[in-house]
Amino acid sequence: MSTPRIAITGIGASSPIGGTASESWSALLAGESGARSLEYDWVEQYQLPVTFAAEAKVRPDTVLERPVAKRLDPASQFALVAAMEAWADAGSPDVEPERLGVDFATGIGGVWTLLDAWDTLREKGPRRVMPMTVPMLMPNAAAGNLSLHFGARAYARTVASACASSTESIVNALEHIRAGYADVVIAGGTESAIHPITLAAFSSMQALSRRNDSPETASRPGSIDRDGFVMAEGAAALILETEDHARARGAKIYGYVVGGGVTADSHHITANDPEGRGAARAVQQALEMADASPEDVTHINAHATSTPVGDPNEYQALLSVFGPRVDDIPLSATKASTGHLLGGTGALEGIFTVLALRDRVAPPTINLTERDPEVPFAFSGTPVDLGAGDQLAISNSFGFGGHNAVVAFASA
Amino acid sequence: MAFSNDEVLAGLAELITDETGISADEVALEKSFTDDLDIDSISMMTIVVNAEEKFGVTIPDDEVKNLKTVGDAVTFITSNQA
Repeated sequence: MSTPRIAITGIGASSPIGGTASESWSALLAGESGARSLEYDWVEQYQLPVTFAAEAKVRPDTVLERPVAKRLDPASQFALVAAMEAWADAGSPDVEPERLGVDFATGIGGVWTLLDAWDTLREKGPRRVMPMTVPMLMPNAAAGNLSLHFGARAYARTVASACASSTESIVNALEHIRAGYADVVIAGGTESAIHPITLAAFSSMQALSRRNDSPETASRPGSIDRDGFVMAEGAAALILETEDHARARGAKIYGYVVGGGVTADSHHITANDPEGRGAARAVQQALEMADASPEDVTHINAHATSTPVGDPNEYQALLSVFGPRVDDIPLSATKASTGHLLGGTGALEGIFTVLALRDRVAPPTINLTERDPEVPFAFSGTPVDLGAGDQLAISNSFGFGGHNAVVAFASA
Repeated sequence: MAFSNDEVLAGLAELITDETGISADEVALEKSFTDDLDIDSISMMTIVVNAEEKFGVTIPDDEVKNLKTVGDAVTFITSNQA
């Protein structure tokens, strides 16, 4: 049996820089930032050390009907909005329910629902804790609700590998389709965790930028004065489909998912392996599955969160795979614009990577100040032309727990 | 302060609309929660909990299964007000 080629036939996103995938892409190319000061009473009430984040541009409960929205945690609301856009963009494929799957990730799950219920319990007692609490807070809520909404019965799965989650979902979907279990999969990830608890907790571990006076320039991967990532929220979804299925219904094809790699560091619960060995193996696996060599790669969407230690670790990992040529491959660190969507980030960056290949342009990495000599990637503050030829790109995501996930895309 | 039957019906209709999106016009005394309004058990419990808060009554779990129609709920609430 020949291995089917997997096309991307639809995309959708609700991100800090746009309410749709195309809006997000335009804003990214225009060099916009989604980070803003947070205007909530709780910022002052709890004296949070970090007072800004990259909130989604469009609240999902203004898009969904109220009875739908009120049964979903915001994380699932974002997922549904992104998936509905992707599904419509794909032309609402006619597919047997038993051949349609969902692979939708989250890093944290329904943290708002859980903590709102805790407040209700303490203030009003157990009777007032709503019966929908558990189905709203469970991490698989987005996958389950998408399965319900789109009538997907092949499977509905949730990867939870922190910030690697939704890249891993795309890899899972690819493997699942290749194994013959589905023709079409809605893959992606979501997160809605800009909450005082997560801001306090990530602050405690010194992971967040503290540039409270300049949110828009706070996320600055590769710059020597970077001081942490910027919390973001939102979701992104891709419709993955066998090329035969896509061609048979005359679907437009953005590009192809051609390989994926998933590895673990077993080094430290939060820190990356300083030599980036696990990350490098994930890149190699993705390229092997794509039947490609490092020389074929024309673009990289880096994980590059803007933390002091993470960015050089990724450089070391890529240096070990690509050699000195890594300094010349047009590379984008799009978290400079979007902030870090945790479980949603890999899917959003996957969309940006596919669009980069389609449009033959590497999106800009904004906020570059003085370049860190330990991270000499080919970042550019402006869009970079990728040339007219065939394109192959990788998108990297690494997560707490030592998770490494890499997906490879090819141009159509 | 006691709520009249009409006030309880209107209040329940509001809670049902909020939970399910069913138009308030469709909420009438003779309507069955399950057969006519297609309200599942989780939505029913949500409406019950919200009704307890709204009308200041206690609706024991054992009683919920006896509330087949909107009229049953209105009668229970009006006759059990503090």
